[in-house]
Amino acid sequence: MLEHYLPIFMMILGGVLFGIVMVKLNEWLGPRRPTEEKLTTYESGMEPVRTARERFSVKFYMVAVLFILFDIEVVFMYPWAVAFRELGIIGFVSMTVFILILLIGLFYVWRKGALEWD
Amino acid sequence: METLVADIWRSTPLVLLTLVGLIALLVEGSGKGRAAAVYWISLVGTIASFVLSFLSLNTEEAAFNDMILQGGYAAFFGMIFTASAFGTLILSRSYLRRLHTERGEFYVLIVFAAIGMMLMASAIDLIILFLGIEVMSICLYVLVGFLRTKLTANESALKYFLLGAFTTGFLLYGIALIYGTVGSTSFRAISAAFPAVSNQPLFLLGAAMLVIAFSFKVAAVPFHMWAPDVYEGAPTPITAFMSTGTKAAAFAAFVGVFLGAFQIAGSKLSEVIALAAAASMIIGNVVAISQSNLKRMLAYSSIAHAGYMLSGISAANREGETGILFYLATYTLMNLGAFGVLSWVEQKDDTKLTFDDYAGFSAQQPFLAALLSIFLFSLAGIPPFAGFFGKYYVFLAAVKADLTWLAIIGVLTSVVSVYYYLRLVMMMYFQPGGATVEEPPAQMAFIAVTCAAILVVLFGIYPSLIVDLTKEFLNI
Repeated sequence: MLEHYLPIFMMILGGVLFGIVMVKLNEWLGPRRPTEEKLTTYESGMEPVRTARERFSVKFYMVAVLFILFDIEVVFMYPWAVAFRELGIIGFVSMTVFILILLIGLFYVWRKGALEWD
Repeated sequence: METLVADIWRSTPLVLLTLVGLIALLVEGSGKGRAAAVYWISLVGTIASFVLSFLSLNTEEAAFNDMILQGGYAAFFGMIFTASAFGTLILSRSYLRRLHTERGEFYVLIVFAAIGMMLMASAIDLIILFLGIEVMSICLYVLVGFLRTKLTANESALKYFLLGAFTTGFLLYGIALIYGTVGSTSFRAISAAFPAVSNQPLFLLGAAMLVIAFSFKVAAVPFHMWAPDVYEGAPTPITAFMSTGTKAAAFAAFVGVFLGAFQIAGSKLSEVIALAAAASMIIGNVVAISQSNLKRMLAYSSIAHAGYMLSGISAANREGETGILFYLATYTLMNLGAFGVLSWVEQKDDTKLTFDDYAGFSAQQPFLAALLSIFLFSLAGIPPFAGFFGKYYVFLAAVKADLTWLAIIGVLTSVVSVYYYLRLVMMMYFQPGGATVEEPPAQMAFIAVTCAAILVVLFGIYPSLIVDLTKEFLNI
């Protein structure tokens, strides 16, 4: 019985080893020529100012959470739009219900003032 | 189109509660000071869903492409969840008003959590089961930390969220491994493939992951560490909700997967669950003795009760299934009632929650003391209260499944539990002191808790009232 678990053990071992080996290989084989420019924080091409480790407003979290919510909504719409003909009327009704539920959420968020910055 | 309408028609308890939740959210969003309206809408919604669940008890039909099974089992649990949500709503109202933090979202989240629970009980596909667990859990994470200016509430919400999210990982990995061996997530397909795959390592690994995830949700040893801290920090009505509705939902899923999709009788999985049950009963009951905070005491007691019910799952027979259903229905009533009385005595600053704070309670509030005593006697499993028959059924099931040692541990630890339940009764009746409630409980909450006490006595004398309901869909 126990020897049947060997493949699982091998898989776990393999997974761990793979992670370590790849990181270490990079370290050993890759050339390292650090310059001052290279070592600075990557800020999409901007010159970094001040430290990034400071407290920032909770409002950013609100925006991020809302963005994820309504972003996922759109993610669902793409496959639905592609398969629209095959899904037929049931697909249309289901999607309408889905969007209506999200609209209620949007209404709530809007009326609670979560969309306003101040 | 006809099938869609028919599916929606079949799942009216679930659909109606969802609609009510959405309407309540619209009302809450439409202006300030709508909390009372949201409360009443939610209350009416849970009652309506309860009635619809009751009416659909005798029809069991699959809906939505064999994703959910409505009526019967799901309807029975639907009644437990809506009753639990109803009680929680009533208790929350007076609790929040006393703290001056009443907000409509609180009630809406309770309704949405109940929807997630109903989805868990009606799922016959692992994906829907997962969806239900997430809907319920996310609402609970917010509810636990609702009093966000309180440090303990933040601590418990964060603990619950982190551990809960981690458990979700176990659950998903388990589902993935089972899908990998069976090739389907539907209970029916898993059940058909079970004899062939039940000894495959990958399948057993997947099943073990599910045991971990469900044990966490029902708060069984060794995945119980979160329960005392979370129960202590959460608002008391939510503690009541978590120890009744959430526990029932987790057991609905546990039974659905391990007795419905798997046939675990006499297998290794059954032994694993039996060990978890024994550990829960021993650790829950023994550690509860040393607690001075009543919410923590009831948290450990709820771990012990999870152990009793797990022995019904590990027995894996009809008696066990009936026993768990009966146990959950009555446990919901007695725990809601006990937490209800606690929430009235509790002060705004989280004091008056220890044993000593109940000295002389019977002299000041004889009726409330009597109610609390009924709930405590029932939790201890003393006849003629309903708690006795719950234990009787699950231990009987364990004996019939040749797990006599488990039943013996259960009976012995029940004796231990009598000590800490009756310690509170003794405090109320035999110690001098002036314990009383901060302000008299709201009329509706008072009536609801009184009704719960009456039902606890009634189901203790006529357990067949509930057992007969379960006969139809368990095919006895």
